[in-house]
Amino acid sequence: MAETATLPPKLAETLDLLALMPDRADRIQLLIDLADRFVDVPERVAQRPFSCDDRVPACESEAYVWAERRPDGRLDFHFAVENPQGISAKSFAAILRESLSGQPLEQIAALSTDLVYDVYGQELSMGKSMGLMAMLQMVKALAKKGIAEGAVREEVPVVS
Amino acid sequence: MSEAGACADRDPSKRSRKVSDIESRGYIKPEVLVSTEWVAEHLSDPNVRIIESNEDPLLYPSGHIPGAVEVDWTRDLNDPLRRDYLGQEGFSSLMRRIGASRDTTLVIYGDKNNWWATYAFWVFQLFGHTQAKIMDGGRAKWIAEGRETTRDVPSYPESHYQAPPRNDQVLRAYRDQVLAHVEKKGKLIDVRSPQEYTGERMHMPDYPNEGALRGGHIPGAKSVPWARAVAENGTFKPATDLRAIYEGEAGLKEDDDVIAYCRIGERSSHTWFVLSYLLGYPHVRNYDGSWTEWGNLVGVPIEK
Repeated sequence: MAETATLPPKLAETLDLLALMPDRADRIQLLIDLADRFVDVPERVAQRPFSCDDRVPACESEAYVWAERRPDGRLDFHFAVENPQGISAKSFAAILRESLSGQPLEQIAALSTDLVYDVYGQELSMGKSMGLMAMLQMVKALAKKGIAEGAVREEVPVVS
Repeated sequence: MSEAGACADRDPSKRSRKVSDIESRGYIKPEVLVSTEWVAEHLSDPNVRIIESNEDPLLYPSGHIPGAVEVDWTRDLNDPLRRDYLGQEGFSSLMRRIGASRDTTLVIYGDKNNWWATYAFWVFQLFGHTQAKIMDGGRAKWIAEGRETTRDVPSYPESHYQAPPRNDQVLRAYRDQVLAHVEKKGKLIDVRSPQEYTGERMHMPDYPNEGALRGGHIPGAKSVPWARAVAENGTFKPATDLRAIYEGEAGLKEDDDVIAYCRIGERSSHTWFVLSYLLGYPHVRNYDGSWTEWGNLVGVPIEK
C-alpha cells in the first residue's frame, strides 16, 4: 500500500485537489474539466491507425498509451481515446499525462490501481474500473520498462 | 394515457416517416421505442420525462438532452446497504424527485447502446411503470446527429407519485428459481462476453476473477453477448435479425420460459428488453444475481 508521501508529487496534488471538492457534483465537474484538458497523442509519437500493442486491454473506450523518453531517462506519457464519449477515460488520461509525466519512474511503477477509486470514488461499475485500471497498468508497465532500460538520475529538475 | 402521440400527431408526414423506421423493423411491441426525432419534438411535453442513465457518471454532467434528468444505477436504483433494488418508498421518492406521475411517459436513454437505460427500464417495470420507452440509438445517436445538449440540470416540481410494492415475481429470477430452472432444463441466455462464458479470464491483477470465485456458465445456458442485438449505428436490429440470433442460433421459442443473466444483471436487462418487447416473449426473467452470485455460490452446478 503506497503512502501519500511516496506518490509522485504532482499526482498527490491532483488527489488533494479532488479531496477538497465539497461534494460529488464539484468533484465530477473537476473531472469533466480535466477531460476537457485531454491532449491527443502528438504525431511525432504515434499516428493512426495505432498499433494494437499500444492499446489498453479491457478499456471499452479504445484507449492507447505511449511513453516518450526524456534525456534524463524519465518519461512523458501520451494517450489517445478513440471513443468520443469516453469522457472518464479522457479525464483519467489527462490526470495521468499531467501528473505522471516526468515523475520518478519508481514511484509510478509502485502506484496502486486503487488510484482509480481515489479519483472516481467507489461507485464506478466494474467494467469501467477495469478499463481505467488497465490504463494505469500500462503506464506502470511502461515505467518499469523505462527503469529497466536505463538508470534514472534522481534530483533532476522536472522539465516541462 | 399520456401516450406520446398527443404531440407528435401535429405533423403527420413527419410522424409517419419517423415511426415507420422503428415500425418497419417488425417488432411485436414497437411502442416501447421512440426515435431521437420523436424525443427532439417532445422536449417540453409535460407528459414526458426524459431520463438519462449511464455507466459513466461523467457523461450526464458533461452534457445531456435539454430537460433530461439523470437516474444513476448505483445511487438511485440500488439499495445502498443490501444487494437489492430500491423498495416501494425509494421508488416513489425517486419518481417524485424527477416530477413524474404514475402516467408520465418515461423516456430513457443512455450510453453503451442503452445498456444502462434498459436496466433502469427493467427496474421501473418491477414497479409497474409501464408507460416507459427507450430512445432507440441512445446517447451516442443523439450526439452523432448533432442534436442539442446542455449542462443545465433541470428541476421539476415534486410529484405525488405512489408506487405499488415492487413485484419481483414476473420479471426477476432468484438463485433458487434459477437452480430449479436448470434442473428442469429451462432455457438460459448468458449475455456476457464469450471469454466470460467459457471461464477464460482476462489477466487483470486486481480483478483476477471479475468478482466470482469460479468461472464458466450456468449449465444449459447459450451464449449470446448482449450487444449482438444492436446494429452498428446503435439502434436495435430488425426483428428478423434478432430472431435469427435468438431463435436460429440459440434455439429459443416465443413461449419458452427464459432466464437471462450476465455478471450483475445489467447487460442481461438489455437482452430481457429485446426478448420481452421487440420479440414479444411473454416469459422472460432477468437473473440479476447473475455470475457474481452464481460463481460464488457453494455447491451449484457450473459448466465450462
